[in-house]
Amino acid sequence: MIPSDNTLTEQGLPLAASKGRVLLIACGALAREILDLKAMNRWTHLDLTCLPAKLHLYPEKITAEVRAAVAKDKDAYDDIFIVYADCGTGGLLQAACDEMGVQMIAGPHCYSFFEGNAAFAAKAEDEFTSFYLTDFLVRQFDAFVWKPMGLDRHPDLRDMYFGNYEKLIYQAQTDDPALTAKAEACAARLGLAFERRFTGYGDLGTVLGSI
Amino acid sequence: MSDDDEIILSELDDEELVQQMFDDLYDGLKEEIEEGVNILLERGWEPYDILTKALVGGMTIVGADFRDGILFVPEVLLAANAMKGGMAILKPLLAETGAPRVGKMVIGTVKGDIHDIGKNLVGMMMEGAGFEVVDLGINNPVEKYLEALDAEGADILGMSALLTTTMPYMKVVIDTMVEQGIRDDFIVLVGGAPLNEEFGKAIGADAYCRDAAVAVETAKEWMSRKHNSAKSA
Repeated sequence: MIPSDNTLTEQGLPLAASKGRVLLIACGALAREILDLKAMNRWTHLDLTCLPAKLHLYPEKITAEVRAAVAKDKDAYDDIFIVYADCGTGGLLQAACDEMGVQMIAGPHCYSFFEGNAAFAAKAEDEFTSFYLTDFLVRQFDAFVWKPMGLDRHPDLRDMYFGNYEKLIYQAQTDDPALTAKAEACAARLGLAFERRFTGYGDLGTVLGSI
Repeated sequence: MSDDDEIILSELDDEELVQQMFDDLYDGLKEEIEEGVNILLERGWEPYDILTKALVGGMTIVGADFRDGILFVPEVLLAANAMKGGMAILKPLLAETGAPRVGKMVIGTVKGDIHDIGKNLVGMMMEGAGFEVVDLGINNPVEKYLEALDAEGADILGMSALLTTTMPYMKVVIDTMVEQGIRDDFIVLVGGAPLNEEFGKAIGADAYCRDAAVAVETAKEWMSRKHNSAKSA
């Protein structure tokens, strides 16, 4: 059973009974997508554990948490793969992975690998005034955007944060009209134009399929 | 004291008023800060003293509590907004009264990046510390930085980036300065959430500044080194 989004945000996903050869240590924001890919493709060799998605609010903590997770389970697996992109660690996560001898997913963040890193990079010049949300972040908009930015208490701060943005791009991993409506409402709350872009799982599926 | 006991700022003596302004800055109360600044001006305070003793003093406490994880970004923004209100009153007066100028900084967010909260905080705190600040805004290509450094006769270049994808552009700017033989004419400070000390060193910046308070201290230190080396040359 997949934990609730709140649990994935606050606590992550504990490792179930170990069965596979390879352990995926992922961000809680990717748990549903990875479990879906695993089930669809019958990747029984992959086990999954997730760190709390809320680490994204404190990117400086991600590297140490990943290190601790690798140290905890490395002896039980042939290999470990880190399902984080750089995610605001400024290259420190990549350096830590190199040092620990584990691989991680390429790219700056999940917005990039969901769209496909090459495609995302190609659009960067035209879209740097865009703010991105994924399925998970639309569902957890209040926990990741509205409340941490203090907009629940001080809505007048909105334009200090988002005044330079023009558009909210909802990168949809799934076709869910209710989620699209929520994403559109998020755009309205931020005072931004709205675009829905179906990405599916992008590079995430390709990379996990190659393990 | 109950909530009904409203504090009348004009009834406080100078010391109490400055202390109250620290509290009001901490709480992000812009109108109260503006009122406090006006009261101190009416009492004959020099604009520079109000800036440094009341506003910068208060923001220094905000900065320290932010660094220690007691305050978070929204509270810092509210405090900055309150300080901005006070600065708006003082700025024209500072120009008239010839407040001491520590140095001149050109600052801007790099090309492809629109994030300016950190940059704006640094700019404001640098002004508070007596630096003249030329803010180039967001999305700056190398040419814009170099033109401004030359045109303004600046001492310091400050570059900011929030994104892992845009922070490498700082190296483009610094490399261009090296190519043009002007790198050593300027102090180059860099900052932004995904940066770190190692990155600053790797791209050839003089220093990485993790927050606005560090930026001010670093700028002061490098300016005094610059003066010292100019004297001994």
